[in-house]
Amino acid sequence: MVNFILRNIWQRIILLIFISIISHAIVHLAPGEPALVDPSNPRMKAEDIQRIRAAFHLDEPLHVQYVYWVKDLFTGELKSFKDNQPVMEKIWKRFLNSLPLFVIATFITWCLAFPVGIRAAVNRDSTFDRSSTFVSYALISIPGFFLSYLVIIFMVKTFNIPVLGMRTFGLENASFLFQSMDRVWHLTIPALMSAIAGTAVLSRYVRSQMSEVLHQDYMRTARAKGLPEDQVIYHHGLRNALLPFITMFGLTIPGLIGGSVIFEQIFSWPGMGRLGYEAILARDFPIILTLNFMTAILVLVGTLVSDILYAVVDPRIKF
Amino acid sequence: MNESITALETDELPPSKGLFQERWDILKRNKIAYGSFWFLMSLLALAFFGKLLTRYIVVFDPKIVRLSEKFLPPLTAFTSSITPKEDAPTFDIYLFGTDELGRDVFARMLEGTSVSLSVGFVAVGIMLTVGIFFGGIAGYYGRVKLGFITVDTIIMRFVDIMLCFPTFFLILTVVALLPPSIYNIMIVIGLTSWMGTARFVRAEFLSLRDQDFVAAARSQAIPEWRIIFIHMVPNAIAPVLVSATLGVASAILTESALSFLGFGVQPPDATWGNILSDGKNFLFDAPWLTFIPGFTILLVVLAFNLCGEGLREAFNPKLKTTY
Repeated sequence: MVNFILRNIWQRIILLIFISIISHAIVHLAPGEPALVDPSNPRMKAEDIQRIRAAFHLDEPLHVQYVYWVKDLFTGELKSFKDNQPVMEKIWKRFLNSLPLFVIATFITWCLAFPVGIRAAVNRDSTFDRSSTFVSYALISIPGFFLSYLVIIFMVKTFNIPVLGMRTFGLENASFLFQSMDRVWHLTIPALMSAIAGTAVLSRYVRSQMSEVLHQDYMRTARAKGLPEDQVIYHHGLRNALLPFITMFGLTIPGLIGGSVIFEQIFSWPGMGRLGYEAILARDFPIILTLNFMTAILVLVGTLVSDILYAVVDPRIKF
Repeated sequence: MNESITALETDELPPSKGLFQERWDILKRNKIAYGSFWFLMSLLALAFFGKLLTRYIVVFDPKIVRLSEKFLPPLTAFTSSITPKEDAPTFDIYLFGTDELGRDVFARMLEGTSVSLSVGFVAVGIMLTVGIFFGGIAGYYGRVKLGFITVDTIIMRFVDIMLCFPTFFLILTVVALLPPSIYNIMIVIGLTSWMGTARFVRAEFLSLRDQDFVAAARSQAIPEWRIIFIHMVPNAIAPVLVSATLGVASAILTESALSFLGFGVQPPDATWGNILSDGKNFLFDAPWLTFIPGFTILLVVLAFNLCGEGLREAFNPKLKTTY
């Protein structure tokens, strides 16, 4: 077991090094340098551009730049090109904003997808099954931002609740209860919107897993023993169907950064996805690279944890 | 006479069918998937004719600007006396209304059909080419050692590396840094989505490479690339077909998301995605500019998804045609 974990960690570290090299190469080899973002600015002379490039080591060969980046990243010295703030601090601030959105969206996804999927699998070919199948395909197929706009219009017109940003401007002196209610309202719609596509996909998986398990022999045995139907489905069936979802949970973690760009943009949510989007617009290479690198770490840690959990939960797996 | 012949034939075993004929019959029983298949076929025809019409017939031109006619709701008849007669829309009626520059939304949607679908198909073409190539190599030469690691390990580790990138973020980075062009978008979407196909093809190849027909082909000294791509790939095509259908759907969605962030296909080329993201600025004054492209994307992507899902079920070897 310990051997297995150590070998896995070692493999993942090698993967991580390759990932960082590839993403560094992609970002730096693509045309469009930070110094060229504002080409029409008359104050930028050729020697200024040269000075900026030298200051950011952009005139060095690629592998030297890579070494500079890695060294700065691990000593905490990495500065953003745009405003010279430490990168880790900027990302950490945005991470704290993204976290509640991600946690609540994930919570909604898992809490909705399981009941829907299980019910659809148990009552196969019923009206509920057919309509939930159709609705989940429709939700997968609709562009996220189009649906969000429809919901924003509907919500603002019917319930008159705030949807944009993290809090209402000018409420700093209001009572604590009022402020926290305001925060909750601002959180609800974005979290719901970013949960929808995930819910649709996950409920399909739950349904197919469940309907596979329901045909197993041990289910028939459990029924033959005379167990109540609820216990058969939830105790014998669901527990076996749950196994593959450990893996899926590990794979949802990168959504923290990549999946939220669109929704954070729509709802003006100052999170990590938006930080990445702004960094891309400004050619802020340190932030883009560090975000990419952190996503890769999250994916690798997520898959490692799910591999280990898999072994812990399922006694049939041996190393 | 005819009846007696059919009676005789039914006494024997039913005539044997090819794999595709058999699977096609299963697909036919799934009414929704079968319906969406024909819907997509007619959409392809529409895209083709739309391309021809917008290119060669003046009244269909989506680029005509009629500033005096902006924001007309759908189904408005053409009555303007300022705009010259040769700039009048199709059938003298704005079927889908006009946008902020007085362009005919119907003509733009028609043009967008071919552009959006070609973004989807070219991206999927790239995805399939790369995926089949890497999957095929990894599956066929899996046991060959290069130095201390096998070919299979190298390729599958590379697939793992690609899977670790947050896809949409990567697409966004590359598209934003490259000069805006419709080809870059197709290539980038294609190059970031081939990993699934490669895994499917490899898995199929692992079971195919030890089968008799491959051994027979090898015994006749057929070149290896020919064994891989002419003999083995057609046998591994079922999962590829499914992921291709679903891939077109997600490519269309990705393009519209990129358009929303301003990195999609640039004007004057119209796609459903950029008509939608332009239209959202006028959501309250001209809701049709948002709703028409939005629901078109929903309908088409839904059809691709349902068709792909139907194909997946039809190619599921556990299902057999029952009479």
